[in-house]
Amino acid sequence: MAQPLETFRTLIDRNKRNSVILIAVFMLFFIAVGYLIGWAWGGTDAFGVVVAVGAGTLAFILTLASYYGGSSALLSMSSARQIAKGDDPQLFNVVEELSVAAGLPMPRVYLIDDSAMNAFATGRDPAHAAVAITTGLREKLTREELQGVLAHELSHVRNYDIRYAMLMAVMVGVLVMLCDVFLRSLWYGGRGRRRSDSRDSGGGGAQIILLILALVLAIVAPILAKIIEMALSRQREYMADAGSVELTRNARGLESALAKLSDDPEVLEVANRATAPLYIVHPIKHFEDRASSIFDSHPPIADRIRRLQSLE
Amino acid sequence: MLSITLIIIVVIVAIAAAVLIGLYNGLVRKRILTQEAWSQIDVQLKRRYDLIPNLVETVKGYAAHEKGTLEAVIAARNAASSATGVAEKAQAENMLTGALRQIFALSEAYPNLKANENFQQLQEEISHTENNIAFARQHYNDSAAIYNGAVQTFPSNMIAGMFGFAAREYFELEASGEREAPKVKF
Repeated sequence: MAQPLETFRTLIDRNKRNSVILIAVFMLFFIAVGYLIGWAWGGTDAFGVVVAVGAGTLAFILTLASYYGGSSALLSMSSARQIAKGDDPQLFNVVEELSVAAGLPMPRVYLIDDSAMNAFATGRDPAHAAVAITTGLREKLTREELQGVLAHELSHVRNYDIRYAMLMAVMVGVLVMLCDVFLRSLWYGGRGRRRSDSRDSGGGGAQIILLILALVLAIVAPILAKIIEMALSRQREYMADAGSVELTRNARGLESALAKLSDDPEVLEVANRATAPLYIVHPIKHFEDRASSIFDSHPPIADRIRRLQSLE
Repeated sequence: MLSITLIIIVVIVAIAAAVLIGLYNGLVRKRILTQEAWSQIDVQLKRRYDLIPNLVETVKGYAAHEKGTLEAVIAARNAASSATGVAEKAQAENMLTGALRQIFALSEAYPNLKANENFQQLQEEISHTENNIAFARQHYNDSAAIYNGAVQTFPSNMIAGMFGFAAREYFELEASGEREAPKVKF
């Protein structure tokens, strides 16, 4: 009984370390790209450094914004609305009981108005955590199943999976978006400049470097999106399932909840590629049906149920 | 030659000191977690004490002649709130849980009471609080198991002995049948 409590400390440490690494990579990426762009456009080292400093500052601001505002962004992206105890006493009671069981502060509770069945947790640490559940899932679960699902989410909270997952979803989302904007601006901007020919001091060399950069980014962006899914590995889901059983001392609740979840044919409309890995089951079902690839963030539900049964 | 020996000695002493400090801090951290877990049990128990007078008043209105049961609950509540020490507290709380169960069993015989909205709310709140107590106890026992493990096993047991870290009692239930997962209401 003491063993899982000890191992979750190592999970916490790993997630905190990975979050720091993620932030460092994010900043370095900005600085490097900033330098390249500045150097290509201005033609001198000094120009590169200036743009790199600017990009670094931007990355710093974005990091702060992702860290402190990431969970609100993800929640509002998912059209989740916060509820109070009076709105759903049973849901609140279950969450409170589990936060007592895990020794965590009470997280905020959100509902997503969608008939698809799903749930996720987010936040930068347990003191600033939120759990969100779709109305579809809320209505179809018994109290025991609800307990299993929410215990799974609170395990994510306790293990600090939420911090890493939040940073990953927001930062990589921002990177993909910026790459996209950059590529478009280069495409249209490049055409415009050719006609007006206002300050083409770098000459053909700079154009080629920018073109190569654009090509690299065009390749990198989709890979980055894939990385989100991979980094939020299946291992975390298995660990959260095990954590759920550890908290409730009951595998049946989560088991039958997962069975209900796997029977749900609906697609959760508010989920997208960036937020998909956060959910308890993959919200975009086509990915799941197509025999699980190594890139999938979520293990097949049947496998998770099998593992839960072995815990009984 | 002498300086090399000196350096080696200094390094060994430094490493030993770091290990000792680490072990000591680990014990302190685990003890704090255990104390926090214990105070969480207290919070939940207090909440149950506060609900009981309300419950007794509500039941009185419908089943005044069930005096014996109501008095037993009040007595159990007072005994539990004044109990000290882990083992004594656990025993008093078990008495209280039993007495409360009798009240809810009693409500079966009084349809009006059972239908009373206030009573239903209290029933949900009390069973919620009981789940909380069960989970808080579970969390306390888990934390205590980790802390006791550190206190009793080598090498941290040496530090524990030196600085007076005592093993903590578990919050046990008397009847082994009650040791199951917290009751879940459908």
